[in-house]
Amino acid sequence: MTAPTPVNSFRSLPDETGHFGQFGGRYVAETLMPLILDLEKEYRKAQQDPAFWAEFDALMKDFVGRPSPLYYAPRMTEHFRGLAPAGKGPKIYFKREELNHTGAHKINNCIGQILLAIRMGKKKIIAETGAGQHGVATATVAARFGLPCKIFMGAKDIERQKPNVFRMKLLGAEVVSCESGSQSLKDSMNDALRYWVANVHDTFYIIGTAAGPHPYPELVRDFQSIIGKEAREQMLEKEGRLPDMLVAAVGGGSNAIGLFHPFLDDPEVAMTGIEAAGHGIETDKHAASLTGGKPGILHGNKTYLLQDEDGQITEAHSISAGLDYPGLGPEHSWLHESGRVNYVPITDTQALEAFQLCCELEGIIPALESAHALAALPQLTAEMDEDKLLVVNVSGRGDKDIFTVAEALGVEL
Amino acid sequence: MTTRFETAFAKGPALVCFITGGDGNTAANLDALVEGGADVIELGMPFTDPMADGPAIQEANIRSLDAGTRTADVFRIASEFRARHSQVPLVLMGYANPMIARGADWFAGECAKAGVDGVICVDIPPEEDAELGPALRDKSVSLIRLATPTTDAARLPAVLEGSSGFLYYVSVAGVTGMQQAAQGSIEDAVAKLKAASTIPVAVGFGVRTPEQASAIARVADGVVVGSALVDLVKQHGTDAPAHLRALTASLAEAVHTAR
Ligand SMILES: Cc1ncc(COP(=O)(O)O)c(C=O)c1O
Repeated sequence: MTAPTPVNSFRSLPDETGHFGQFGGRYVAETLMPLILDLEKEYRKAQQDPAFWAEFDALMKDFVGRPSPLYYAPRMTEHFRGLAPAGKGPKIYFKREELNHTGAHKINNCIGQILLAIRMGKKKIIAETGAGQHGVATATVAARFGLPCKIFMGAKDIERQKPNVFRMKLLGAEVVSCESGSQSLKDSMNDALRYWVANVHDTFYIIGTAAGPHPYPELVRDFQSIIGKEAREQMLEKEGRLPDMLVAAVGGGSNAIGLFHPFLDDPEVAMTGIEAAGHGIETDKHAASLTGGKPGILHGNKTYLLQDEDGQITEAHSISAGLDYPGLGPEHSWLHESGRVNYVPITDTQALEAFQLCCELEGIIPALESAHALAALPQLTAEMDEDKLLVVNVSGRGDKDIFTVAEALGVEL
Repeated sequence: MTTRFETAFAKGPALVCFITGGDGNTAANLDALVEGGADVIELGMPFTDPMADGPAIQEANIRSLDAGTRTADVFRIASEFRARHSQVPLVLMGYANPMIARGADWFAGECAKAGVDGVICVDIPPEEDAELGPALRDKSVSLIRLATPTTDAARLPAVLEGSSGFLYYVSVAGVTGMQQAAQGSIEDAVAKLKAASTIPVAVGFGVRTPEQASAIARVADGVVVGSALVDLVKQHGTDAPAHLRALTASLAEAVHTAR
């Protein structure tokens, strides 16, 4: 579908064994290995099949509501110009993934994967979810295509994301509570993998982020790259040139890689990925795996992980359920080590401030995940000239987060 | 030189017993398994995220880690076991991340020093062998691979390549501690594996009773029992050794007299 990429490109990975440098790979139990190889074969065929992409594009347009707008955020721009040194303060644009059907970027990936599931003849769908956004998006496509669907969700997340739990049920999905470990995203992924191992013959696992065993990081990235492809065209149309800076929050890294990937070989485009720093990276309550972790193996891939010296995975913390994961996708680990993308930690408190600022100045309630990306603006805008162009990925809307935010602000609903 | 595995499997069908390191009094529990008649010991290395394990072994991992078990403790348990039992093959079983956290070479070196004969790593398939395999082979520690109902004839050579000690046939597509597979499917699978390999084939997952163990031992070189033993450790705490010894004795009797 895409033109061949040059050899020394940032866009040519993974290699044929599924690695991004030392990261990525296929670290799964033998039971899953044949299925993973099958999935790769099927994806290679789908990649070459115009009918696959025609169906993907049609659903993107009429079911998801794409393209999502690239919106100039005038009051945020003015606000930060006012705070920045003279001559600083770039033009701020939002890539508005929160306007997608189901309220986040997650649906882009789910459409792609369910089309693959159907090609492979799989009859049942499973998925893990943290914030519930991926669960809702999966339940949505499962309903749309009439396949039964089980969503694995940590008990703690079920408690803090009640509206999304109810949405999934309305959409006909069964929500399975995961009671082990930290009862959040990591544990829901463990349980989804356990279920999958026992049901490989008829079940497709729709992984929600650009992580897991190869080919998941690649195919999730490819499906999410619609974000960056659109942003590129839209910016060229509006400003006649490429943006100077892209900013996105990184949980597993799917919205970020979706925005970044189409620009990776444009050296003039700088990129900032935001990790959740929870209570601060100097505390033990954060989810910043690049800043505070080291390479290891979990959930099928080698990547940066929060862990102790023995390789035991340590619990992540973030106010945002979608960022509350002790690892991230392998391509981000590689982009970090190669220096192509700069990764910055943002705390719960910073994200909450940005959340409110965005509501008040732009009339947009962002997801707490996206608020982490917005929270990088004070620093980034202070350093960038005012004729520069900056794009923030507003990956989702914040309706699901109002209870969490109310509690953090000490408001009783 | 004959290895401990060769000696153990030469005697006829072998009973392979698994418990999680650091869950309860592991030294006393291991001794009870050997006294009961276990031919090979698998010692689980606890991990925070045991993705291939069902509830019984998941909980054992958590109990062990909550009790403060560190990697150094697992190696201490292993080397003390080796000092007490010079002939019983000892296998470490676990997940990749704790095995590579200080580097595969470090891990392989510690295995060799502690008298560990083999390693089973659940989440390193042949495709990722470079992560751990070369380091283990360099130290003459056997890499024991898993074959499953989904491992087809085309994949089997890759699974066997670089593996030694024995081949572990996971008889059900699933996590540990679930239902046992149908005997017929086990017999077919073992026949295929044995035709393709020169190393012994042990069968596990879902084996709890002497009857099951005996049926498997008629066709396979080894029978692996795990969750049933781990359950006893959970139920009986410091009194576990007597119960482990009793169950192991009945399993060993069934396995050793199967043919
Ligand atoms: C709105 C939103 N943004 C971001 C994320 C983080 O995931 P990723 O890094 O894969 O984009 C999530 C995850 O649930 C989300 O719901």
